[in-house]
This record gives sequence, C-alpha cells and structure tokens, in this order.
Amino acid sequence: MTRSAALRQYASDVAVLARKDALLELRSRDTVPAMLLFVVGSLVVFHFAVPADLSAETERVVAFGLLWVALLFTAILGLTRAFVAEREQRLIDALVLAPCDRSAIWLAKTLAVIAFLLLAELIALPAFALFFEPIDGRTIVAFLLANIGLAAVGTVLAAVSAASRTRELLLPLLLLPLAIPIVVGGIGASVADEPAQFLAFLVLYDAVFAIISWSAFEYVVTE
Amino acid sequence: MSLRNSLGSVFAIAAFAFLIASIALAFYWVPTDADQGFSQRIFYIHVPVALTAYVCFAWGAWKALRLLWTGDKRYDLESYTAVHMGVIFGVLVLATGAIWARISWGVWWSWGERQLVLFLILFLFYCAYFMLRNSVDAGPRQARMSAVYSLFGVVLIPISFLAIRLAENFIHPVVFTRDGPQMAGSMFFVFCLATVGTLALAAALYHVELSGKRLDLKLKELRKAHS
Repeated sequence: MTRSAALRQYASDVAVLARKDALLELRSRDTVPAMLLFVVGSLVVFHFAVPADLSAETERVVAFGLLWVALLFTAILGLTRAFVAEREQRLIDALVLAPCDRSAIWLAKTLAVIAFLLLAELIALPAFALFFEPIDGRTIVAFLLANIGLAAVGTVLAAVSAASRTRELLLPLLLLPLAIPIVVGGIGASVADEPAQFLAFLVLYDAVFAIISWSAFEYVVTE
Repeated sequence: MSLRNSLGSVFAIAAFAFLIASIALAFYWVPTDADQGFSQRIFYIHVPVALTAYVCFAWGAWKALRLLWTGDKRYDLESYTAVHMGVIFGVLVLATGAIWARISWGVWWSWGERQLVLFLILFLFYCAYFMLRNSVDAGPRQARMSAVYSLFGVVLIPISFLAIRLAENFIHPVVFTRDGPQMAGSMFFVFCLATVGTLALAAALYHVELSGKRLDLKLKELRKAHS
C-alpha cells in the first residue's frame, strides 16, 4: 500500500470509530448532559465559595481560577465514561482485534472527547460570562488548546482505569497531577498581562503529550 | 547472582564512606554560609537527595522504555523498584525542604520554592503510580500500563517545572531566592561528595529491594507450581 493510501485508510478508520462514539452518545445521551449539568452546578457552588467583597482584580483571578477547576472536573467526569461501553460490552477486545492501527482507536476517542468538551464549554463559558466575568478571545483559545491536551492524556488514562479493578476511582488520581500544567497555562492565559507565553506553553504541552499518548496507547489496550 | 550481590555490597560500602565523609566535612570543614548561617548545611543533604530522586525517576522511565521496547518482563520489576526508591528519596526531599523552610523563613511550607512544589506534584503523581499498580492484576498488561505511566512522569518533570515558573507570574512574585550556583570550592567539593554518596546509597537500596522483589516473585511462582 502506498503512503497516501495508508494515510487515507488511517483517516477513514479514525472517522468510522469517532462516528461510532458520536452515535452511541446521541442514542444514549449519558455523558454530555451530565457534563453540562455538572459544570453549571459547580459554577453555582463557586458563587457561594467566593466572598462578595473582593477587589475587582482579585475577583477576576479567583473567578477564572474556579472556571478552570470546573472545566478540569467536568473533563474528568466525561472521561470516566469514555470507555464504559467498550468495557461493558467487551467491545475493546473487538477493537483491538480489528485490522486497524491501535492508535486510530486513541485518535477517534480523543476526537470524541474533544467534541464532548466543546459542547460542555458551549454552555459553561456563556454561563460564566453571565454569572461572573466577561469572556475574551484569549480565554476561548486557551480552552481550545486545553481540550486537546486533556483529551489526549485523559483518553489513555481512561483506558488504563477502565482495565483496573477500581475503575472510575483511579482516573482522577492518575489525571490530576498531569493536569496541573494545563490549569496553570489556562489560568495564566485568561488573567496574565502577557497571555502569549501561556498559550505557547499549552501548545507545547499538547504537542508533547499528544505524541506520547498516540504512541503509548497500543501498549495500554493490548492483552 | 553473586556478582549482583557483590555489586550491592560495593554500593553500600561506597555510600557509607562517602556519606560519613561528606557529613563530617559539611559540619566541621566547610565555611558557614554568610547569609543563612549554620542552617545552610542542610543543603548538603537536601540537594543531593533531590538529584538522586530525579535519577531514580529517570532510571525507572528508562527501564520502562526498555520494557515497552523489548517486552522483557524483568524490566518491569526494575522500573518499579527504581520508582519506589525515587518516591522514598522524594519524601526525604519534602521533609528536608520543610525543615529548611522552617528555619530560614519560619514556615513549614512555601509555595515560593519551586523545587519543593515540583516534588509535591511528583509525589502525587508517583503515589498514583502505586495506586495504578495495585489496582491492576499482575501480568504483562500491568507491566505495560505502569511503564506508560512512568514515561508520562519523566515528561511531566520538565513540563511541571516550566508550569511552576510560569505560575509565579500571576500567583505571586518570587519572594525567597536561594543562593545561585556560585559557591566556594570547598562547598562544591562537599556537595559533590554528598551527591556521590547519596547516589551510591540509592543504588545499594535498589539492589537490595530488587533482589527482595525477585525472591518474592520466585516464591510466588514456586507456590503456584506446588499447589
């Protein structure tokens, strides 16, 4: 097979697998509504956690910090469901046996997770603007970049935790230390005077961890 | 096997000699630091231990890479033992760092000290590594998952360090700064001595722990075969 034909095959494998995830979600409507409700609920909780008499600048930093925490927890919530169908129906064995590159499974799942996160943010960011502070372009760019990193690393770790005895309990423990740089980059991009270096940092994180996750996924799913 | 055992003994003896020498020199020979006074001498324990912890994590990741590369399962135990040692030395870094912070600045913890914050993140990360190992059934899959996770860890070290530096731009300015690399020749000499000693100690512990874990594994296999 020529190089371009192989690439086309890979792309169509990814498209089929990602479509499967979208279809599953469309039919069951398990994950995305839960993520939406969770992120709005946590924003309401945060309102009561932040004192009302902060200075405008402090309130801005605190509010954006909480927004990023809310996004991280929402992503974890979504990721704990990422491999549930694969595990319960033993679908993962079939996927691993399928004559496609195993990294295509990772890429498709990552794309699906990014799509779910985008849907959650489509509600969360306007709600945040309504409740707390206006959202500007750099925050939106930071969220787009953070989605990639979170989904890339999170998909590998979700596959790991789906194969463990403790299941959903394990994922937050595995993901939180790895997500700290994303939160730093995100908050910095939202509130710092020069957001460019934080956005560049997020790009670096995405690139490094996407490459490792892409190449490591195969070792996680094969028996 | 006997060669391995003797290598462990060599490391143990070297660790003993170098550590005793460096502690003695650090207390009686090295000049007292002009800024921080006597308490600066914890530097000769704190920093070598931190370097050793990094070396252990890197060694664990290297063995993890070898495992994924070759599929040889003995690398799993070696990687696990290296990470185990790294966590022990990492806890020592946090403890000595807390003592130093208490004496220098009057607080047990300072978010302004990058190295300590980094070790806290790494501590969380590698605790999760142990959780992962414990909650997956032993076998080639557990070995590969742990290997992938420890590779994540070694990439997380520089990324986190960068993140902590960047975070200072919006959280707070750097309040506390420690001496730069400019130190007197005698200080540097004792520091190198202590580093070699700590590395030898880690290597000796690694050998002891590894042969212990190998024995455990062999015993389990024998029991399985017997029953």
